[in-house]
Amino acid sequence: MRKMIIAGALSSLLMMPLANAANYIVDAKGAHASINFKIKHLGYSWLTGRFDDFDGKFSYDSNNPEASKITFNVDVASLNSNHAERDKHLKEDDVLSARKFSTATFTSTSVKDLGNGNLKIMGDMTLKGVTKSMTIDAEKIGEGKDPWGGYRVGFSGTTLLSLADFGVQIFGDSSHATLDIQIEGIRQ
Amino acid sequence: MPIKNNTESYGWLSIVIHWVMTFIVFGLFGLGYWMVDLDYYSEWYRRAPALHKSIGITLLLLWSVRIVWRFVQVSPQTPETHQAWEVKSAKLTHAMLYILMLAIMFSGYLISTADGRGIEVFTLFTLPSIGELFSNQEDIAGNIHEWLAYSILGLAILHALAALKHHFIDKDRTLVRMLKSGVKK
Repeated sequence: MRKMIIAGALSSLLMMPLANAANYIVDAKGAHASINFKIKHLGYSWLTGRFDDFDGKFSYDSNNPEASKITFNVDVASLNSNHAERDKHLKEDDVLSARKFSTATFTSTSVKDLGNGNLKIMGDMTLKGVTKSMTIDAEKIGEGKDPWGGYRVGFSGTTLLSLADFGVQIFGDSSHATLDIQIEGIRQ
Repeated sequence: MPIKNNTESYGWLSIVIHWVMTFIVFGLFGLGYWMVDLDYYSEWYRRAPALHKSIGITLLLLWSVRIVWRFVQVSPQTPETHQAWEVKSAKLTHAMLYILMLAIMFSGYLISTADGRGIEVFTLFTLPSIGELFSNQEDIAGNIHEWLAYSILGLAILHALAALKHHFIDKDRTLVRMLKSGVKK
């Protein structure tokens, strides 16, 4: 009997990290998250913009980050570079074809823990109907209770997207876009 | 030549506005059709849309003058030789041209002003934006603008063919009335 209790206690200790894995919803509603991009204009400067509408969810356990999973959906038509005529052009068929391929998705396949809160998130990115594997370099910014009774964790991630990979028209020197992703998850 | 219309013929102001607007409408169609496929590195990539917008606002001014001018004076009477169905379809086509022209100019305005920026008219003045009225405004207004352009082109061709029919087949003075002021029966 005692053995069983000890064994039970030990196994529950082992189980604890797993028990801590929690599900989070990205706080898009409160806008504590953003999907930003920057791309060179003529090779002379950085043009920045963002996608205003998206949703995402992930599971995360600080004791076992490699078990984390994340999925993300972005409304391509919500592209906003603070210039309506440019946005219209970027959403047209030769560039992002937002009417035909309205949603871009990222689904993680594996996560590598690099220590100190740094993660490499491998996954499949679907944009303009093309799915390619992509790696996001992510960093945990912080986690803890929020003042309103909830619990939050936030990350920052970047990745380089090759326009040619997804059949997106390239203008001059602008062959790649840097994605800069900020997310804050609210524990469910 | 009288500036105002009378019951027999158009005054010269109506005639001038009609033909200037004809030239602008076809010009804007051609310019718009050409400019949307310009390469980013073309020297016209920025100049052509700026010109298209400036001319479009000019057309809006002419449109307004024309509407006012139409209602403050008489219109020439319809020639008696016109069939009832011709009169009806002509009046409908004219009304549609006026309405669709206003609609296409408004939709064009909504594309360029969706981000709060105004439209600079020939570097003379800036027509301010009334802001974003609905989401994805530039895309929706853009599609409408394109469809309206083809509709107006179709109606304008129909209108021209009808005028040519009156001139060459019916041999009446419908077209001549729009070319010369003060022409009598």
